[in-house]
Amino acid sequence: MYDFAFHRPASIRKAASLAADEDAKLLAGGQTLLPTMKQRLAAPEALIDLSGIEGLTGIAMKGRTLHVGAMSRHAEVAESPVVREAIPALAALAGGIGDPHVRNLGTLGGSIANNDPAADYPAACLGLGATIATNKRRIPADDFFTGMFETALQDGEIITKVLFPVPRRAGYAKFANPASRYALVGVFVSKRSRQVRVAVTGAGPGVFRATDMEEALSKRFAARSLDGVSVPAGDLNDDIHASADYRAHLVGVMAKRAVDAA
Amino acid sequence: MTTVAMTVNGDSVSADVEPRTLLVQFLRENLLLTGTHVGCDTSQCGACVVHVNGKAVKACTMLAVQCEGAEVTTIEGLADGDALHPMQAAFQEHHGLQCGFCTPGMIMSAVDIVNRHGGAPDEATIRKQLDGNICRCTGYHNIVKAVAAGGAAMDVPAREAAE
Repeated sequence: MYDFAFHRPASIRKAASLAADEDAKLLAGGQTLLPTMKQRLAAPEALIDLSGIEGLTGIAMKGRTLHVGAMSRHAEVAESPVVREAIPALAALAGGIGDPHVRNLGTLGGSIANNDPAADYPAACLGLGATIATNKRRIPADDFFTGMFETALQDGEIITKVLFPVPRRAGYAKFANPASRYALVGVFVSKRSRQVRVAVTGAGPGVFRATDMEEALSKRFAARSLDGVSVPAGDLNDDIHASADYRAHLVGVMAKRAVDAA
Repeated sequence: MTTVAMTVNGDSVSADVEPRTLLVQFLRENLLLTGTHVGCDTSQCGACVVHVNGKAVKACTMLAVQCEGAEVTTIEGLADGDALHPMQAAFQEHHGLQCGFCTPGMIMSAVDIVNRHGGAPDEATIRKQLDGNICRCTGYHNIVKAVAAGGAAMDVPAREAAE
């Protein structure tokens, strides 16, 4: 990789002022950024390491909302008794990202800021109706994920935590690519009072909600409600890993498994 | 150049490095600890696994400067003098290697699995938790046996299933 300047600020304010430079990049767990830099697909002039900042970690329940610090490693979320109690599907999702070594470094904030179209966490955020808190504002997940590797984040804006409202039921099922372990298709479902959410990752150019499925599950939250309900293949990815038709089929299968797991 | 200081296998070390220096490069080229291998260099294969502050990580996907102040353990730090670590002894005993290239990472991962899951991980747990380590020789069968035997010999209390 090309060389760069390295900063480890101790405060969000300092990190934000360094990050205002568009040639700088924030370094969280580095499990995507560093491989990308090694391939020279990214060549930032400076890296701003967020690991020295207090206040970006910690997992706690506040009322009926689960607060997860942006620098929480996947392994921490997977093993947290608080997460397992409040939203077991979220703990299970975190425990299925990458492999144990990646989970020891990769972070929630890093994953959603990158918004890889096949990443797991965007499905959890959208499927639970989470709110992404930054140093500047709070962004509903519905407005946060704007496209392939694109988010609503601005230069100098740093995710501080994610607020997950605790659902009555939630489940996640993914069909992992056996080589990369990214989701070929992953579906997160949740039910909270009357609201049902179905978020799909891996299948399209970015995470999206399957509204027909949400409607079907709103009537009755059971796998059988999804019989005959599908997502149109026309909008889905079609590549060497899977055709669009196959992905559309998998969305149906994974959605039913997610409901069964919920 | 940036100065980085950390503890590696109990010794305090420091050096001036370029920020882009990977932890695995720092270990191999600055400290001449060549037991940690570079296999794929793309965080897939696990030949470079070391422990940083007690957690298994891929040293090819971490910068040396990220380890400022950290405690790092490599395969060279496991044995007690001439006495092999129980997990190393188990890999020898159960023929858990052929060419040996993946072995340092396998053993560092295996020790981490036992530390997290207790002294008697079952076969399914071992296979699942070795997800991030690739061996192209053995077909994994003897590696799994070695991890189970090494775990039993490590004298770590059994734990309720964590996952």
